[in-house]
Amino acid sequence: MTLYDDKTIQLLESKANLIRRHVIKMTFAAQSGHPGGSLSYADILSALYFQVMDHRPEDPLWEDRDRLVLSKGHAAPAYYAALAESGYIPMDDLINLRKLGSHLQGHPCRQKTPGVEMSTGSLGQGLSVANGMALAAKLDRRPSRIFCLCGDGEMGEGQNWEAAMLGSHYKLDNVTAFIDRNMMQIDGPTENVMSLEPLADKWRAFGWNVLEINGHDMRQILDACDKTSKVKGKPSMIIAHTVKGKGVSFMEGAVAFHGKAPNPDEYRVALKELGESI
Amino acid sequence: MKWIYTSQRKEYANALIELGKTRTDVVVLDADLSSSTRTAEFAKNFPERFFNCGIAEQNMMGTAAGLAASGKVVFASTFAVFATGRCWDQIRQSIAYPNLDVKIVATHAGITVGGDGASHQALEDIGLMRSLPNMTVIVPADGIEAYKAVNAVVNHNGPCYVRLGRADVPMLTSVDAKFEIGKATVLREGDDITLVGCGQMVAACMDAAEELHKRGVEAEVINMSTIKPFDEDTLLHSVKKTSAVVTAEEHSVTTGLGSAVAAVLGEKLPSPMKMIGTPDCFGESGESEELMRRYGLTSERVALAAEEVIRRKK
Ligand SMILES: Cc1ncc(C[n+]2csc(CCOP(=O)(O)OP(=O)(O)O)c2C)c(N)n1
Ligand SMILES: [Mg+2]
Repeated sequence: MTLYDDKTIQLLESKANLIRRHVIKMTFAAQSGHPGGSLSYADILSALYFQVMDHRPEDPLWEDRDRLVLSKGHAAPAYYAALAESGYIPMDDLINLRKLGSHLQGHPCRQKTPGVEMSTGSLGQGLSVANGMALAAKLDRRPSRIFCLCGDGEMGEGQNWEAAMLGSHYKLDNVTAFIDRNMMQIDGPTENVMSLEPLADKWRAFGWNVLEINGHDMRQILDACDKTSKVKGKPSMIIAHTVKGKGVSFMEGAVAFHGKAPNPDEYRVALKELGESI
Repeated sequence: MKWIYTSQRKEYANALIELGKTRTDVVVLDADLSSSTRTAEFAKNFPERFFNCGIAEQNMMGTAAGLAASGKVVFASTFAVFATGRCWDQIRQSIAYPNLDVKIVATHAGITVGGDGASHQALEDIGLMRSLPNMTVIVPADGIEAYKAVNAVVNHNGPCYVRLGRADVPMLTSVDAKFEIGKATVLREGDDITLVGCGQMVAACMDAAEELHKRGVEAEVINMSTIKPFDEDTLLHSVKKTSAVVTAEEHSVTTGLGSAVAAVLGEKLPSPMKMIGTPDCFGESGESEELMRRYGLTSERVALAAEEVIRRKK
């Protein structure tokens, strides 16, 4: 296990915080978009883009790059923020989220935004795409790791379980997927709308290497990614226990902020809580 | 015209709640969007007859088929893009082919979905649904028609697709106007051109007709609220008189209302025609009204097209 020094952890945590601030600013400017599910995986994004993934923002199509598929495409604001903080897209573009003519579509578009590996937005399709990328990497003997970020509500889509079978059948050990286990979907708590538990057992039964972590603990995220890089013969699923809306008190655990932008008062409070005064 | 805008989704909820009281055989399904489609209001009133299927549209349609095969009249709702494309084969095999009483009432159809962008903007749903045998396809022009459509499909035998929007739409029809599945209505009479619209584009046709009138052109406006079965008689009767047609829809012209009109006229009454709708492309993010303008879904474009088509008349 790699030991990360405090400085690295602090840097990644501060990047996660920056992503969260961007999310608030972007959704406020757009007056639409999805803050809740963006805030819940900001730490995972930070770990992946600024530590774990081998990628070259200046050369987005570098063949040997690690790839990330954002299956929960509605969480695009945080994704775009990570791409901007990495240098794929100009920081100034972020504020144009969802505006007519902007390349930052409400849901990620592969043709429009550098760094976006796959167009998503219709839930439940990303893991299959990640599998396809993993198969291609194996065919071409490339070292690329393929990451996939899924929602927990999204697990309702049967296609995930088809992908679960294919991933283990073809021993896609270059796939590391995450479930952002924030316990919420649009119509309420996942266990009320469509119960998922025992979720880890399900993935194990499908032949995956399963880890459960606190998705807001930077060390745990990094350690999990290190561990899954060493697993041979099966794909990995990291179930990341998170809080929807994490970092903004009134958004935490609030179903209402799944797809609602902050109003001016909420905007000020949110940024203040994230350590930015305006 | 200064229109009053109302919500089709709200009328859907109102109609469902009333049906819930009188029709104990009505069951409602949704796929984690019940607050947006407004089926949540039915769920609150009749929790034992509402089933949230989670984010699993294919499974929802299969479940709907099973309920319908057991004597229930099932309303299944989600966004139009997921209600048609995601589960098209389940609709085809388990609902349309066995001709079951499943009423798919989809919301958030068309480009006016706005900021969510292409992935969520259904511009192909009319085509997907009208290509299925046994399927009835209804595109209500406003909230009042949405309410009537729900009450009509519940008594109609077989599968139905009802297409509703996200944004509020102009209130165009009157409460006491008759609504019948398969019957188009002539909202304004004229001899020079026929404007055929569906959904909120009917209001754009009415505005265009008003503008054309100022320029000395008398347009007939048809509200084609049922796309399938298609009311050929009303269309042909009008075009025999006007010899020119413009269609208008918030949908791709490649498979929607325009195509349906073209197919009828091509065989039975070839006439100069122009289709207003989205071309063969995906949508994009933006404000609803901006997008309607960008894709030419405006009364101005309908009026321009009318003048162009009239010039092509022999
Ligand atoms: C196929 C499909 N059905 C429905 C939707 C609408 N939708 C967008 S987000 C969402 C809830 C997602 O919940 P979850 O996967 O738990 O995401 P998170 O909590 O991380 O935001 C739904 C139903 C969609 N985008 N795609
Ligand atoms: Mg969730």
